[in-house]
Parts: sequence; structure tokens; C-alpha cells
Amino acid sequence: MNPGVLTIYRWELRKLRAQKRTYLGLGAAAIVPIIFVVALVTQSGQPNDVAFGRYLHDTGLAVPLVLLLFGSVWMFPLITALVAGDIVAAEDRNDTLKTILTRSVERHQVFAGKALATFTYAILAIAVTGAVALVAGILASGFNSIISLSGTRVSATEGLGLVGLSLLFYLVPILAIASIGLLFSTVFRNSAAAIVGTLMFSLLVQLIGILPGLGGIHPYLLSTQFNAWQGFLRSPVDWTPVIRALWVCAIYAVPALIAAVLVFLRRDVAGD
Amino acid sequence: MPEAVPIEVRGLVKRYGELVAVDDVDLTVEPGDVFGYLGPNGAGKTTSLRMMLGLIRPTAGSVRIFGRDPQLSVKALEGVAGFVEAPSFYPYLSGRENLRLFAAFDGDGAAARIEESLATVGLAERAKDRVGGYSHGMRQRLGIAAALLRRPRLLMLDEPATGLDPGGMRDMRDLIRELSASGMTVLLSSHLLAEVEEVCNRVAIVRTGRVVYQGSLVDLRAQAGEDYVLRTTEDGVARRVAEIQAGVTAVRPRPEGGLTFKAEGEDAVSALSLALTESGALIRELSPRHASLEDLFFSLTEGDERVETRRESGEGGGDPAARAKEAA
Ligand SMILES: Nc1ncnc2c1ncn2[C@@H]1O[C@H](COP(=O)(O)OP(=O)(O)OP(=O)(O)O)[C@@H](O)[C@H]1O
Ligand SMILES: [Mg+2]
Repeated sequence: MNPGVLTIYRWELRKLRAQKRTYLGLGAAAIVPIIFVVALVTQSGQPNDVAFGRYLHDTGLAVPLVLLLFGSVWMFPLITALVAGDIVAAEDRNDTLKTILTRSVERHQVFAGKALATFTYAILAIAVTGAVALVAGILASGFNSIISLSGTRVSATEGLGLVGLSLLFYLVPILAIASIGLLFSTVFRNSAAAIVGTLMFSLLVQLIGILPGLGGIHPYLLSTQFNAWQGFLRSPVDWTPVIRALWVCAIYAVPALIAAVLVFLRRDVAGD
Repeated sequence: MPEAVPIEVRGLVKRYGELVAVDDVDLTVEPGDVFGYLGPNGAGKTTSLRMMLGLIRPTAGSVRIFGRDPQLSVKALEGVAGFVEAPSFYPYLSGRENLRLFAAFDGDGAAARIEESLATVGLAERAKDRVGGYSHGMRQRLGIAAALLRRPRLLMLDEPATGLDPGGMRDMRDLIRELSASGMTVLLSSHLLAEVEEVCNRVAIVRTGRVVYQGSLVDLRAQAGEDYVLRTTEDGVARRVAEIQAGVTAVRPRPEGGLTFKAEGEDAVSALSLALTESGALIRELSPRHASLEDLFFSLTEGDERVETRRESGEGGGDPAARAKEAA
């Protein structure tokens, strides 16, 4: 029997488990919420100008939500890019593409396995941040009800569900960033360039977002989609940003992935 | 159906901008061959091997491995194993773990052969260590082990002896002989004629991307002819006699005295000795010089003044030398 994408995926995960950068990324995903909560309990003030900022001392549920907002600027894109930008380029660094591509696996299978492993890592990073933020937040501020963006009070358990949903939906733009990271990793064949490139791309899109006169394209920028989860925290749920995030992110991710696959399928594997 | 040819390369070209790395190469490796792909640095050996393994796209021409095109699918590499340049691994995984990964990517029960392959190349004891800490020679051995996992019918090795210690080189040669005896076809690239001479039955000699000789080593030796050294009491007379002697060519004075010439067989040498005696140039030394294959290799791959010599001498038989001249 010939090996398939699943075999490659499993080995990509195993390779990630053997590399420092994976732990660096996941470690950052765990430590940032802890530092944030420690800062919060030692300080009486709170960021009032950011959504849910004023509830940070009232309920632990606000902690992951505020982190999602702050993290979208560069933290989560960086954590994602750390692996996405490296996963193909690392094969160039170690010159191992020639080794694996002369076994019984097709190039498209190798790419699919890598993409799946990258997505798995990104999902894990968000899950780690969410879980740590929730636990630390609840320890610090209690498991209490929260006020939705529409001003209605939401019970603690219902709020927990909404936080989970928000974290889940946050993955949509994160996976788009991961796809762009994969493209850069494939094209640049250099992990540092791909990681920086992905981060620059993410920052550039945000920069365009704050330029005056470009308000019209604001809803279609990738950075805007990092706030789409807020639609769930209104009553009733505001589906407009949610639906838009799905297709806007697809517009960024799908062409990036297709381009990456095409480059990967066609490229020469010569040691340069 | 006749048995598929392990390697059949036709009109293969690879261009990097202006540079023609592989220039219209035709190559046929028959079942059971131990085929030496011989050429100096930059001749295009690695580039050719990469195309045969489907790693890079030819600019023109075709490659068939057991009748299948490696550009289309990795299925063409079924029963094929090997590496180009130094074999490479994941440095953060152990040797054994690397082999596990490759075996998983091979399927087909390769995992069951890991320990056996490690033992064959003498790496069993270090297999638990990270490859990042391996020496060059250990990586070379691990590369062979990785190839053996696939239980190949065709093994392609790019300068496998590079960086091995003398014992390692001997082991490598023994292994190649052993594998060949078990029915495996082997393609082996090398800079070293001596290395190829010891294990190969057929060779292709390449020079700046072009094949300048392809055939059996026996034929190559025959075409090289044999060089002789001649010293006489009257070198001037001897030279004139030798130059008109049938079957004797490329007569040249040696700086240290005496002459060298090439003979198309031992009869020509005997006839010459008689002619010399009759002319009064008495023989002090008449002996074959054995470096001639090496000489031919240099003349084929370097195209210096010696090519000229070979060309004159090789009328009829010295076809490869003439082609080398063309290439220059
Ligand atoms: N990726 C590449 N880009 C540009 N030129 C290349 C590339 N790969 C090889 N070349 C050129 O092609 C020619 C043949 O190189 P190749 O590596 O095939 O030689 P080789 O016979 O394997 O030499 P060596 O014995 O040194 O390994 C060289 O001139 C080299 O510079
Ligand atoms: Mg080479």
C-alpha cells in the first residue's frame, strides 16, 4: 500500500514536536495570557477604550476576548507565521526535499500534509491561548456574567459558550494568515524571509486600514476579519461580519494556497 | 513484454540561463549494469541524476525509468532508490527516526527493513543519536541505508564514496559488488576513474554536459590502445622507423630521452622491434605504459593538447577522442 496524505501529516506533526520553534510559539501562546493576567491583578485600572476592557476586573470571561483583540495586531500572526513560514522553507534549509520526494510520495501529498500540520499547530496555539486566558482570568476575576456588545447581560455559562465560539471563529483569519505564510515559505524558500514577510503583510493590511479615504475597503481587509467574532457577542447575533469574514478570508487564503501548490509542484529541487 | 530498461535518457538538456549544464545526453543503462557516470567537477552529473529522479525539469529531452517518466509521477521511482550530492536528513531527528520517516513515506513494508539496513552500513550503534551530530561519512552511510530501505532494483548514487575513509570506501565497493551480484542495477557517478574501474562494467564519460564516451570499460581500454616507451641507441633513427611502421602511431620524443608511441596490438610492437634492429637502432627498453586509460580520461574530459594526439592516433578506432575534440 502506498502512503498517503495522512502518513505525511502524522510525520509533519512528529517533526513539529521535535523542533524548538513549535514550543516557542505554543509557549508564547501560553505565557502572554499569564503575563496579561498578572499585570491585571497588580493594577487597579483597565483599558476602557477597548471592547470588554472595562469588565476585566468583573469577569474572567473578558480576558480571552481582550487578548483576541490585542493579539490580532501581531502576536497571533507571528505565532502562526513561526511555523507556517518555516514548514516548507525548512526542507530547503536542510536540503531534505530531494530526500522525501524520491520516496513514494507525490509532491501534492507532501504539500497537503504540511498545510494540515500548519493548520493544526495554529488551531492548537489559539486553543492554548484561549484555555490559559480563561483559566487565569477566572482565577483572577471570577466566573461571572458579562455584558454583551449590545448592552445585555449574558450569564457566565452562556458567556463561556460565546467565548468558545469567538475563539473558534478567530481561526478563520488565522488560517488565512497561515495560508499566506505557507505561500511565502514555498516561494522564498527561506524561513526568516517567509516569517517576516507574513508579518509584514499582516501589518501592511492594518496600515491600509487606518489610512484616511480608504474606509470603503475597510470591511474587506484581512485585519478587519480578526474582529468578526464580535458579531457573536451581540444579541441578536450580528451575522453580517461573520459571513463576510468567511468569504473575505477565503479570498485571501485560497489563491495563496493554490499559488503555493503550483510553485511547489513545478519547482526544481536543486540545492540552491 | 521485454524487461523494461532501467534507465533510458534521450536528448536530455538542462539549461540554467546561458549555461548548458546538461547538453543533449543519451544514456542507456541495461538491467544488471553497474554503470559509471564519470566526469570532472561541473560536468553535469548531479544535474542529470536530478532529472532522472524527477527532482528538476529537463529543458528538453526525456527520461524513462523502467519505461516511466519520473516527471509525471513518483510512481516511476518504484523500485528505485538513491541520492544526489550529499544525502540529507532532518538534523533534529535521530538516524533511526529519519529512516522511520522515510520508511513511512515508502510504504510497502520498508519499516521492517530499518534495522537490517542500519546493520548493513554499520550504523546500528549510532542510530539513536541526532543526525545533526553525525560526521560526513556517517551521513553517507545513512544515505545508503535509506536507499536500501526501498529494496531497489535500480540504485542511483551520486559520488557515494565522497568523504569516506579508506575502509568506508572499501566497504562501499564491496557493498556495490554485492548488490550488483544480487541482481541490482546500479548507476554511480564519480570523478575517479579508478573507483569506477573497480566496480563498473559500463561507463559514460561526460564533459561540460556532453557525453564523450559511452560503452564498456573493456572497449574503452581497447580504444585507449596501449602506450609504449622505447629507448634505443639511436633515438633519431628509431623515431623515423617507428613513424613509418604500420600499426604504430603517435610517436613522440620524451623529454627525458627515448620515445613514446601507441600500438594497435602486440604484433605491431614485435614488427617494430625487428625493424629497429634492422635499421641499427638497438633496443635498450621497450615497455608498455599502463596509465593510458587515465590519460584517455583526461584527454576526453580536459581537451588539452593530448586530445590532438589521440585524434590522430584514433583514426577509425578513436571515435570518442574525436568527439571530445569537437566538444572543445
Ligand atoms: N541550480 C543551479 N543553478 C544554476 N546553475 C547550476 C545549478 N545546478 C547546477 N548548475 C551548473 O550546472 C553545471 C553542472 O553542475 P553539476 O552539479 O551537475 O555538476 P557535477 O558533474 O555534479 O559536478 P561535481 O562533480 O562537482 O559534483 C555546473 O556548471 C553548475 O554550476
Ligand atoms: Mg555533483
